[in-house]
Amino acid sequence: MTAIATAGNRLVDHFESGLDAPICLTWELTYACNLACVHCLSSSGRRDPRELTTAECKALIDELQRLQVFYVNIGGGEPTVRADFWELVEYATAHQVGVKFSTNGSRITPVVAERLAASDYVDVQVSIDGATAEINDAVRGPGSYATALRAMERLAAAGFAGFKLSVVITRQNARQLDEFKALADRYRAQLRLTRLRPSGRGADVWDQLHPTAAQQREVYDWLVARGEEVLTGDSFFHLSAFGQALPGLNLCGAGRVVCLIDPVGDVYACPFAIHDEFLAGNVREPGGFTRVWRASDLFLELRRPQSGGACASCGLFDKCRGGCMAAKFFTGLPVDGPDPECVLGHGERLLAARGDAPAPKPSVDMSRRRPRRARADALAVAQAAPLPARPCDESPVAGVSIGRG
Amino acid sequence: MTVAAVIDLDQGWRLDRQVALRPEPFGALAYHFGTRRLSFLKSRVLLDVVERLEQHSSAREACRAAGVAADQLPRYEQALGILAEAGMIRPKDQR
Repeated sequence: MTAIATAGNRLVDHFESGLDAPICLTWELTYACNLACVHCLSSSGRRDPRELTTAECKALIDELQRLQVFYVNIGGGEPTVRADFWELVEYATAHQVGVKFSTNGSRITPVVAERLAASDYVDVQVSIDGATAEINDAVRGPGSYATALRAMERLAAAGFAGFKLSVVITRQNARQLDEFKALADRYRAQLRLTRLRPSGRGADVWDQLHPTAAQQREVYDWLVARGEEVLTGDSFFHLSAFGQALPGLNLCGAGRVVCLIDPVGDVYACPFAIHDEFLAGNVREPGGFTRVWRASDLFLELRRPQSGGACASCGLFDKCRGGCMAAKFFTGLPVDGPDPECVLGHGERLLAARGDAPAPKPSVDMSRRRPRRARADALAVAQAAPLPARPCDESPVAGVSIGRG
Repeated sequence: MTVAAVIDLDQGWRLDRQVALRPEPFGALAYHFGTRRLSFLKSRVLLDVVERLEQHSSAREACRAAGVAADQLPRYEQALGILAEAGMIRPKDQR
């Protein structure tokens, strides 16, 4: 992969001011899920009865085709539990909209694996959040490690090379990066590492699960050494402040080059920002998704030049761009200040000073009914942790430079 | 940035069948459905060149038809080289 966008070049400016259509987008097809991961970014569990119908989903795919959105990252919930899942995947790929979907692997039968291996337009991402069952299952639930491995075995046996093994880095699995890489290699899969965000149920466990400052440095060093072999969905750009930029755009793409469509058609700035504050509109409104993307007040605002706020005077601002908007918001920090995991420790100091002021809660919570307290306790006992994530994958900086060298 | 191999301008080239181009104000996005890689074409002229490859017997002719000046040719040679390396374009005599 050839990185061509360097800081300050015109291409990045174009992305900051937004494109006429997203490069790719995340589409949560359902909030229904057969797992109950403690850090689920979309607080999934139960199906929302207002879910988009099959006909509405197909109309949306038609619209994405017209906009030339090359591919969608389908997630949930567990998207494969939707009865029309395969029908929609086939419809999308027949209409030049590529599909990458995230799954916990529970429905990847040998027959499904064969079918997936035969398609050039479908990619699969199996979520796993520990290189060992002990660490994985503490967050994703008993048996989930074995389920994911069985799915990977079936994909490999069907000859599907290059599917993704998707890992959210946590305090508990941060030392397993080499093991994750070995696991991916064993199944001829590609490793994808993403950042834990305090989104959805992740907000309840972020304090216990997010990597320590020392681990962040180790992750950065590991990514610098192995960066070309792994995908990150551009999610660690806040770590670029440690030194050299990591592969990727190194910019927050929310509402500029990516967004999220949720199961009921609500359009949010990014998959990690399911909150009214970041809700741009709904695809069921007149003008559909296109109007939301091109004309919503929120997205137009996000595309305006950002001041940098409290970070503006920091010498590293050009590298980290203030970090992740959602991470700040859901930890109760100002959106125009440092990221909670700022490598200089500014975020940590703000977190310490924030006191008991409640952080914003997600606007949607489809968790199966079970007191939040019980989940937190379960976690405290288990002492391990991660999150199903799928921001836009594929570092979008692969490419062709003309004239800039 | 790594210096990519240049292509043979006198050969015929074409867009890979699995690549879709999306014009943008800065040039274009190119997406390969097989490798799932995204590339950026950082000028409209380059997009014009790439779109003309199919109908011309050589990349040099496609560049000329797109109005690329002779002294600019090496830059396009290199840009096309990067696209070839990424599998976005391939020689016409290759499937």
